[in-house]
Amino acid sequence: MNYLPNVLFAIVLIAGIGYFTLNVKKLIRNIKLGNDVDVSDNKSQRWKNMTMIALGQSKMVRRPVAGFLHIIVYVGFVIINIEVLEIIIDGLLGTHRIFSSIGLLYGVLIGSFEILALLVFIAVIIFWIRRNIVKLNRFWKSEMTSWPKNDANYILYFEMVLMTLFLVMNATDVHFQAMNSGNIISQFIAPLFSGFTETALHTIERTAWWFHIIGILVFLNYLYFSKHLHILLAFPNTFYASLKPKGQFNNLEAVTKEVKMMMDPTIDPFAAPAEGTEMPAKFGASDVQDLNWVQLLNAYTCTECGRCTSECPANLTGKKLSPRKIMMDTRDRLEEVGKNIDSNKGTFVDDGKQLLDNYITREEIWACTSCNACVEACPVSINPLSIILDMRRFLVMEQSAAPVELNNMMTNIENNGAPWPYNQMDRLNWKNE
Amino acid sequence: MSELLNVPTMADFMAQGKQPEVLFWVGCAGSFDDRAKKITKAFVKLLNKAQVEFAVLGTEESCTGDPAKRAGNEFLFQMQAVTNIEVMNAYEIKKIVTACPHCFNTLKNEYPQLGGNYEVMHHTEFLKSLLSEGRLTVEGGKFKGKRITFHDPCYLGRANNVYEAPRDLISKLEAELIEMKNCKKTGLCCGAGGAQMFKDAEKGDKEVNVERTEQALEIQPEIIATGCPFCNTMMTDGIKAKEKEDQVKVLDIAELIANAQDL
Repeated sequence: MNYLPNVLFAIVLIAGIGYFTLNVKKLIRNIKLGNDVDVSDNKSQRWKNMTMIALGQSKMVRRPVAGFLHIIVYVGFVIINIEVLEIIIDGLLGTHRIFSSIGLLYGVLIGSFEILALLVFIAVIIFWIRRNIVKLNRFWKSEMTSWPKNDANYILYFEMVLMTLFLVMNATDVHFQAMNSGNIISQFIAPLFSGFTETALHTIERTAWWFHIIGILVFLNYLYFSKHLHILLAFPNTFYASLKPKGQFNNLEAVTKEVKMMMDPTIDPFAAPAEGTEMPAKFGASDVQDLNWVQLLNAYTCTECGRCTSECPANLTGKKLSPRKIMMDTRDRLEEVGKNIDSNKGTFVDDGKQLLDNYITREEIWACTSCNACVEACPVSINPLSIILDMRRFLVMEQSAAPVELNNMMTNIENNGAPWPYNQMDRLNWKNE
Repeated sequence: MSELLNVPTMADFMAQGKQPEVLFWVGCAGSFDDRAKKITKAFVKLLNKAQVEFAVLGTEESCTGDPAKRAGNEFLFQMQAVTNIEVMNAYEIKKIVTACPHCFNTLKNEYPQLGGNYEVMHHTEFLKSLLSEGRLTVEGGKFKGKRITFHDPCYLGRANNVYEAPRDLISKLEAELIEMKNCKKTGLCCGAGGAQMFKDAEKGDKEVNVERTEQALEIQPEIIATGCPFCNTMMTDGIKAKEKEDQVKVLDIAELIANAQDL
């Protein structure tokens, strides 16, 4: 019977990690629904970007207040999780604070965890105030409907509770308090429990311990359903982000083939296509499967901070376009497609919906100035512009559905090599004017 | 004035069996837009003054395809690109300078994959190199001490990380360079990019160029300097909308340098 807690712990741990693994598999499957894209170039630069941007938070600190608070929570999260290792070992072996035997260093470690826990708690409170009391504009844009708002607050509550449990656990640990090493913060919480019997303290300590580890496992499993997924995906996302100049848009290879063919005078335009010739690919994107997997990874990585939208010239001047919404819509649709596949034995059954029109409107797509402000602003190297461009490509090349004025512009380019109706032969007239 | 401009074409050079030092890619705006033509001429005056052996393609030049590509028409873009590349490769072009950041970006970044490999410079970079080589000298002249702010074109700045060349040129004028609250990496678009120049804006509560002009007016410049014919149009319109034409001028960097010397 003595092993009951150990067994119980093992079951909780396996269940927690098992369900998470299941969802990670689903996540990878969904991301792989995207087209292939070659990101094998320049590995060293990619490692450098990941180290600087994800690990080093270099773009977060461009907004100093949010950046500083975020670093506290981030560093706290990473470092306090060393404690989880001890919790897991203790839980499985039935030991208590197995690392405490390392002596002084243990006190230093736990002491720094405690300080970080307090700092994280304070930072999270400030985050909550910024969202709910100060109501920073970017957290209250129209795409921030009830779920995104709640999601953000749930994460903050989770963190508050986890930090509190950690400190209470330490404060009610009679043995640990008696060591009087590393209890930098919890020693001030301990007096709150001064009237309690040792048994009561033990019960509180055990309860806090259990809720702390269960809380962490629940939080882990919450990630897949939440914007908080960025804590994991920021790393691959910054690694796979484009290394090209931001102004460089990809040239579609399928188009290059056709253009080369059209320009080649030796080709017989009426010849039957050679055996095995592939059908020309669909141009541009109308749904998530038409995007590439990096764009889909982008969508799962987005933490809806809204820095992109707050810098977008279209959004700033009241247009419907919000780069954040482009990413949120892409993720929502991708999830919908994923669920469709799950419930149809592994194949996607047409549901009469698509990313374009059902999620992202044409009005949004056409409002973009392609200025790259959103791409520059994103702290984790997401590129909403590439999705907008791919949807424009679909609208223009598959549907001929550009706004009338743009069609006029394109007709001019086709006919006289300029976006305005001037004759190409007049190109040098300025010289003599 | 105009008769003083020396604007040889690539065909002229070819006829003499010579290669110019650089091809000046004028662009559609620079060729046809009345305001942008002044920028083109100002730049040519500087090229002439510095005795740069340059040439233009003239009637052999055609739209780079930038607005078509940003509007989503990859076909039209590549048709334009392949045609232009054929012309330029036939002339064995090695180096291009252009006063339009959109042409600059497209030629520099999107042509290589299609077979067009050139060294491409924005005219502010080119002017800066002329200055540092001592081929051109600039004195403050009439802009000395003036409050000048530079509006970063998206396709020069964020798109290609060119922020310093235009600013260096302004400081050469001994002017007071002042920055808007959004500048360099966080510069706010004028509203013309991504083919927006050629269509009405979607419904909103303000025009982008007015927003940007207001940002500029906040720091009370005497001159808003630009490095893009489209930004120039947008900012000029913004100044008109704010009825500030008398106080604030919108001028391209090439015009500033040329005017400073009364060219």
